[in-house]
Amino acid sequence: MKSYIAELHSHTVLSPCAEVEMIPPLIVRAAIERGIDLLAVTDHNASANVVAVQKAAQGTDLRVLPGMELQTREEVHLLCLFDTLEQLEAWQSLVNEHLPSLENDSKYFGEQFVVDETGEFIRRETQLLLTSTDFSLEEAIAAVHALEGLAIPAHIDRKANGLLEILGFVPEGAQVEALELSRHVTAEVAPLRYPQIHGYPLVRDGDAHRLNEFLGVNEFLLESPTLAEVKLALRRENGREHRFRSG
Amino acid sequence: MTLQDVIERLDLKVLTQPANFSKVTPTGGYTSDLLSCVMAGAKKGAVWITLQAHLNIVAVAALLEMSAIIITENAQPEAATLNKANEEGVVLLATELPSFEVIGRLWEMGLR
Repeated sequence: MKSYIAELHSHTVLSPCAEVEMIPPLIVRAAIERGIDLLAVTDHNASANVVAVQKAAQGTDLRVLPGMELQTREEVHLLCLFDTLEQLEAWQSLVNEHLPSLENDSKYFGEQFVVDETGEFIRRETQLLLTSTDFSLEEAIAAVHALEGLAIPAHIDRKANGLLEILGFVPEGAQVEALELSRHVTAEVAPLRYPQIHGYPLVRDGDAHRLNEFLGVNEFLLESPTLAEVKLALRRENGREHRFRSG
Repeated sequence: MTLQDVIERLDLKVLTQPANFSKVTPTGGYTSDLLSCVMAGAKKGAVWITLQAHLNIVAVAALLEMSAIIITENAQPEAATLNKANEEGVVLLATELPSFEVIGRLWEMGLR
């Protein structure tokens, strides 16, 4: 069993709200400097920069997980994590069918850049990404699970797009693997402030939109760095563990 | 009816920079707390009634060139929201009243 530091939520320049510094080589460097072994790239409703970050991490010990931060019909943000690019590709096609066909206005929402592994510009994503899909939260979770991914409501304590602010509780039908806390609340304080999250495994991420926002506080004890192992660790099964190290 | 009339009749608190609100004529109203609905349904120049007070409301109001956002139930926007609103020229107004009552009063005033 080996210890892995995981960051399960981070953005690239594809997310209109991320800073221009969020390009693959700088992301990889910043994550490694923070001691992170396992990094999920989770842009808003999009995933076109995942491969570039994976390529930028080649030759390092950093493992980059394909992911996405989906916005549901209720405007809840949901981390959707996968092991392989095939799963991610299937997921992205499905998401595309559930996004409204609206164009991004970069003046108001920001630029959406697809880049290569060196950070060079490839194209602008024209689809409006900062909006809701028409998946309900439960539908989205079921669809992620159908592709054998992990579904984790993001920054549940945040006013904008946080599960607790919007729905107030974790719906009974929402079979999530964990709940994510933002940088603004610790895992010690959160269950006291939000008793309705009692019993759910918690993770905490920086939701990095800038290079200095990686947290790197989730420590997993795993056989190998796969999501199947992470899932076991979140449930503390078969000797797998998860805990928080001080950020 | 001008925005100034609305502010006076509903006793709204102006959160953003003062301006000549008697020169602004709202074209109508819209209410929803889901930003995606607002983006799809609200009209240019409308007043938007919501209890959301986070940063993203400013982008939506700026995009749709709204007359103002009326933030209800005493929801408090953060400093970042206020700064962005001032930057974008979005008018933020606040009240302790619930959205239902604000809308009722605006309707009575003739806003459609």
